[in-house]
Amino acid sequence: MKGIIKKVSEIDFGLMSPETIRKMSVTKIVTPDTYDEDGYPIEAGLMDPRLGVIDPGLKCRTCGSKGGDCQGHFGHINFARPVIHVGFADTIHKILRSTCRKCGRVLLNETEKLEYHDRLQSRIDAGEDISRILKQIHLSAKKEKCPYCEEEQEEIKIDKPISLVEGNYKLTASEVRERLETIPEEDYIYIGINPKVARPEWMVLTVLPVPPVTVRPSITLETGERSEDDLTHKLVDILRINQRLKENMEAGAPQLIVEDLWELLQYHVTTYFDNEASGVPPARHRSGRPLKTLAQRLKGKEGRFRSNLAGKRVNFSARTVISPDPTLSINEVGVPEMIAKEVTVPIAVTEWNIDKMKEYINNGPDVHPGANYIIRPDGRKIRVYDETKETVIENLEPGYIVERHIIDGDIVLFNRQPSLHRMSMMAHEVRVLPYKTFRLNLCVCPPYNADFDGDEMNMHVFQTPEARAEANDIMKVQEHILSPRYGGPIIGAIHDHITGAYLLTHKDTVFEEDKAFQIIKRSKMELPEAKGRPWTGKEIFSLLLPDKLNLVYKAEICRKCEECKQRDCEYDAYVVISNGELLQGVVDDKGYGSGSGKILDAIVKQFSPSDARYFLDHGTKLAVFGGVMQRGFTTGTADEEIPKEAEDRIAELLERSDRRVEQLIEAYENNELEALPGRSLRETLEMKIMQVLGEARDNTGVIAEHYFTTNNSAVIMALTGARGSMLNLTQIATCVGQQAVRGGRINRGYIDRTLPHFHKGDVGSKASGFVHSSYKKGLDPLEFFFHAMGGREGLVDTAIRTAQSGYMQRRLVNALHDLSVHEDGTVRDNKGTIIQFKYGEDGINPAKSDYGAVANLDRLIEEMRLEDSRASK
Amino acid sequence: MKIDILQHNLVPEHVILSDEEAEKVLLENDFEADEIPKILPTDPVIKAIGAKEGDLIQITGKSETAGIFTKYRIVRK
Repeated sequence: MKGIIKKVSEIDFGLMSPETIRKMSVTKIVTPDTYDEDGYPIEAGLMDPRLGVIDPGLKCRTCGSKGGDCQGHFGHINFARPVIHVGFADTIHKILRSTCRKCGRVLLNETEKLEYHDRLQSRIDAGEDISRILKQIHLSAKKEKCPYCEEEQEEIKIDKPISLVEGNYKLTASEVRERLETIPEEDYIYIGINPKVARPEWMVLTVLPVPPVTVRPSITLETGERSEDDLTHKLVDILRINQRLKENMEAGAPQLIVEDLWELLQYHVTTYFDNEASGVPPARHRSGRPLKTLAQRLKGKEGRFRSNLAGKRVNFSARTVISPDPTLSINEVGVPEMIAKEVTVPIAVTEWNIDKMKEYINNGPDVHPGANYIIRPDGRKIRVYDETKETVIENLEPGYIVERHIIDGDIVLFNRQPSLHRMSMMAHEVRVLPYKTFRLNLCVCPPYNADFDGDEMNMHVFQTPEARAEANDIMKVQEHILSPRYGGPIIGAIHDHITGAYLLTHKDTVFEEDKAFQIIKRSKMELPEAKGRPWTGKEIFSLLLPDKLNLVYKAEICRKCEECKQRDCEYDAYVVISNGELLQGVVDDKGYGSGSGKILDAIVKQFSPSDARYFLDHGTKLAVFGGVMQRGFTTGTADEEIPKEAEDRIAELLERSDRRVEQLIEAYENNELEALPGRSLRETLEMKIMQVLGEARDNTGVIAEHYFTTNNSAVIMALTGARGSMLNLTQIATCVGQQAVRGGRINRGYIDRTLPHFHKGDVGSKASGFVHSSYKKGLDPLEFFFHAMGGREGLVDTAIRTAQSGYMQRRLVNALHDLSVHEDGTVRDNKGTIIQFKYGEDGINPAKSDYGAVANLDRLIEEMRLEDSRASK
Repeated sequence: MKIDILQHNLVPEHVILSDEEAEKVLLENDFEADEIPKILPTDPVIKAIGAKEGDLIQITGKSETAGIFTKYRIVRK
């Protein structure tokens, strides 16, 4: 069996004939027992030694190879009576319905046959799908009388899963088989059977192949007790019933008993194939657990296909909880020492690194920069033990391979599920650190969609120099700062980084020179030349910018005034960077935040990913040490405090809108309301109320915003885009607003009212889920209930959305995974067929584009002007 | 009432290329004829412009990304 290499030239899918089953079988199985009292397998039993061996010491009685090399041999069971195969019950039913009950011919007249034959044959010759034509035939092959033998036809129904009933009579498997046998071979084509590989009667089993023991190994428990595989259990059942059936038949038992046993045999064979067939109670183990039979081994997520063939387990990988470490570079990952000592890199020993390698081996497997295995030039792998390491070191010479622990600077692959886009797997440099969690820089949280509430991530260690080189060049984190989804940065500053940069670059931020130098030093940046005067925050931040950078944009804090005063912006929201100097404007989310950072975007595109990495690594530190930590930053409900006078104004405003709603309802009831085009009166009323209440909520927000000052931490966070929004703040401070279910005001619950606390027909603001209270003040019970309704809908929606988009993504990926962009710009599939004549029709790589567009002319001109003005000076 | 679908604003311009033109397109772009996507002879526009099987069709239509984009189809079953 060993060493024979053959090439597969074609594959036929067909049915196995009883003859083939008997021919490939090495023995007939008759005894339902497995082992005798001495523990030896019984001949002609289910563990017959001719079926193959598992013990490595024994030789196979059939093929002579040792256990492990012998892949096993099939046996067979002859059934006393034929049995229908569950997997084909539907097919059998279809065939019987479209063939004559007497002569077996397909119920089509000559002309129909001729027409279908031509169509089928041409399709088959072209290797195309014939299932649609077969469906048509199945529908048209229905006659009350057979066109050939004039026999009256009766309807055959299928009683799931395996009983076929003609009229009121239940057909036995033997009768089914007889009918299938009478179908003439020239009619096979109309029922979709290729006579070369299958015959319909083979769908009714007369003989059952018994899989070799390697397929159903028995396990020995610690107690010495043998425990058999589920398949063996099922085969025992089949054999036992088969034997009883045979004996009863031979003894001439009454028809009723024979039929009962036959039915039982059918049940066992059915559950042997599929223990989850609908309409059949699943066969159970003694403990009550349903048996895992053939179909269950293959089907579903834990089946052979999805679990073992499509998904494989890997070596040199690690998984643990993640936690943040702002001192790491975005390119780095902190690896616990415990993991570093477990996963290894193979290093070829050369005369130049042999001393280093000896050092690793000397450290052994338990001391960190050590080695676990060495591989000799003859391919033998030897584990390094403290006891044997001396001899290993002595024998070490160039040509050996040392599997050493991973050390600082090694390249590894880091991944968080679900791996939805390419940024879900990026290459990082290792930093071996104490404790037991993976550490990562906060800027790489957005691409992985990671947080630290218990998230775990996986790490894989590259094993070849080619893999390392490729990962270093194209998979490193810095190469993925720009997202191919929208052509902007996806890796960037988050939360406190943004607050910090805002505070640092704020107009009023000035530090004494020594303080400024402390901040710069703490951020691990090179010390600049002394100015001999205090430094502004903008000057400190400018140290990070490349000298040739010119940029103009509007910051996140921009109030979107009617007319932009540009350089005279009173909020310092107009950012101007000229030759690497932050002249005006604050740096916030728009500056270097994840998702929209303009400065970051410009540095990657105009300079290099390495420059961007430097900017991010040190920019975030600068923001934390120079911004947040110098001033101190905290938030609490005090930030959402508004004065009494504001509260009064809000209460009055809400009261006014409530009155307005009442007026609208009154107008509706008096039929004074005018319907909007395309709306009914009721809809018009609903829309108008929604509008009034929406405005009311917005106006309370405006009042609150009026009282919020810009040194309010919560407001700073909301305005700079660090965290939270103005809406969040006003909901806390003033009024939560309308709760919605199914896109409208709440109108469900009781008959004509939402809760029994209201009058029937009340559609006022309170009765339809408008929350007048603020989160800070607290909701009353009715408001709380409506709020829970709206909140619940949100939760359900997100759950459904993720499931739906996940499935959609799976289908898309399956359809597109072979497509690639070729050198000439075309998109082609794996056969070379063109799918798109130019990638994206414009040949643009979105990651290199300006937010999806080829170029932003306005910006280019403004930047050129800046460069010009500098040059002329 | 019969509508001329070629006048519809969503139907891009289809042009049947002559043999020489087709040859030129294939040669210039280094395309093989069987690499070019097919368009069914039963396609309404193909029927309307009267193209035969084997014809190379040049389709010039609006594109969201490129403004105007030219693509090719071969009439094939």
